[in-house]
Amino acid sequence: MRMAEDLGLARDVGRKAQESQAWALQDGSRIAVIGAGPAGSMFSYFFLTMAETIGLDVGVDMYEPRRFCHRGPAGCNHCGGVVSETLIQRLATEGIMLPDSVVQRGIESYTLHMDVGDVEIATPLMEKRIAAIYRGNGPRQSVPLDTHSFDGYLLQLAEQKGARIISRLVTDVRREEDLMSVHCADQHCDQYELVVVASGVNSRLSEMLESQSHNFKRPARTKTFICEFHLGREVIRETFGPSMHVFLLDIPRLEFAALIPKGDYVTLCLLGDDIDDELMERFFSSPEVQNRFPGAIIPEHACHCYPRINIRAAVPAYGDRLVMIGDSGSTRLFKDGIGAAYKTAKAAAKTAVFHGVGAENFERHYAPLCQKINRDNQVGKFVFSVASLVQKARFARRGILHMTANEQKQTVSPRRMSDVLWDLFSGSESYTNVFLRTLHPAYIGSLLKNLVVGNLPGSAGRNAHSSSQENGHVQH
Amino acid sequence: MAGLGKEYKEGEVIVRQGETGNCMFVIQDGEVEAVAEANGKELRLRTMGPNEFFGEMALFENETRTATIRATRPTRILTIDKKNFLGGIHEDPSLAFRIVQTMSHRIRDLTDRLAKFEEGD
Repeated sequence: MRMAEDLGLARDVGRKAQESQAWALQDGSRIAVIGAGPAGSMFSYFFLTMAETIGLDVGVDMYEPRRFCHRGPAGCNHCGGVVSETLIQRLATEGIMLPDSVVQRGIESYTLHMDVGDVEIATPLMEKRIAAIYRGNGPRQSVPLDTHSFDGYLLQLAEQKGARIISRLVTDVRREEDLMSVHCADQHCDQYELVVVASGVNSRLSEMLESQSHNFKRPARTKTFICEFHLGREVIRETFGPSMHVFLLDIPRLEFAALIPKGDYVTLCLLGDDIDDELMERFFSSPEVQNRFPGAIIPEHACHCYPRINIRAAVPAYGDRLVMIGDSGSTRLFKDGIGAAYKTAKAAAKTAVFHGVGAENFERHYAPLCQKINRDNQVGKFVFSVASLVQKARFARRGILHMTANEQKQTVSPRRMSDVLWDLFSGSESYTNVFLRTLHPAYIGSLLKNLVVGNLPGSAGRNAHSSSQENGHVQH
Repeated sequence: MAGLGKEYKEGEVIVRQGETGNCMFVIQDGEVEAVAEANGKELRLRTMGPNEFFGEMALFENETRTATIRATRPTRILTIDKKNFLGGIHEDPSLAFRIVQTMSHRIRDLTDRLAKFEEGD
């Protein structure tokens, strides 16, 4: 029986503590993970690792119709493909190292492009700690190289831990008696003690769950644009270097734009409020973008997609024997979605192994993380609205350029603006942390000074514009 | 161009005994050796390879490095910041599990070596 109003997704859970034991997993329990993107694979990996630690013998079935060995959309989970330095360090601490065949390029700096000039923001350690990766196995028209999909690598780790991969498309999840049943497009059906939804926001599963449960709201989404330009390794090395190029342009509805060098390709990632043809036209026609490409000519893209991203969390993201992780539940606004997938996956795995799989267990041990992410996203919205104001005000852009460029020349003084921009672009720190740092009196004082100095006639920012038009690269 | 971390040449010192430190390191590729220096002599403690870490004691104590770590061949190493690591543990204490496990192995190894040394006396 389809439980139209009873998927067990409840906002307020008032069970007694003694019921908790009923939700504990036992030897022989079975878990279904729907979707083998980073959230699904990391859940399976951590769940099986923790279960092994406490001697719990459980089975994990991962449902994923996609094959990450395929090139183009068939093997891709559609995202910009950047793993933040915070996540790189966390994964390394966990013992998960990204092999060179997965890392398309190590990023060691960000270059900010504005109409008033460019500035490169380098990591203080001069070390590559940000990874540019492909979620699938490369763009549609790419020739086979010795590269591997990031998602495929994580899936392989989960498989090595004992997860079973089932190449089927899940079309329905139902509550049947005291278990959850998973139904596939080919009529295959199986029952589980826990279903973990990690299918992201581009699958129809969350839509189906919303239609089944009157109190469940799937994540709100917006359309983005991602494409790949084939430029060749040598051209990319000379033109882009190991730097991610970020654009702060006065284009309405555009929140973030970046060119990410990867192997023989450069990935363009446009995030904002429903990216459309008009916005893209304005972006591609801006000289700051054109000057990034050899001869100021933007080549045809080899592969492109319009994936949707989560801009507001699913509510609630859990129920009895059901939990939503990664983009299907809560994720960070615009940045570090893979980092949020790691955190939510691990928190859900810990809850299931050590506490139980009831809504009460998830509310107590999983919901606080989701709430923290959601609160931080509210601050993030404010931070991006301030960035939008900066996009509109040239004098502010000159001040930021002046302050950042001066900081990059120094080795001892605090790099307040550089650090704020670095963490904002890379997603390495929470939006709350970034925002609080901008309230520091020294930051405010320095910004005010640079707003004045940077706008004086003859300042670098004022001269930069004409220089930028001439050679496409201004100052560091 | 691919690959994370910082590259070190053969023989290059990554951390030096007696220096203060505020990060640990994870070997991405290559090999390093840990040597303790005493009375002008070097004692090779162990060698480490990919996915092994070192310098973790600096994250928990404000003491100086207890050994010199040197690349024995071209090696790539990722730095883990103290702030990032401790912040991570504050959020998720299980992040320390692998470090505790490795430190436990090292104590066991040292105990075995000490026992053999005492037997030798």
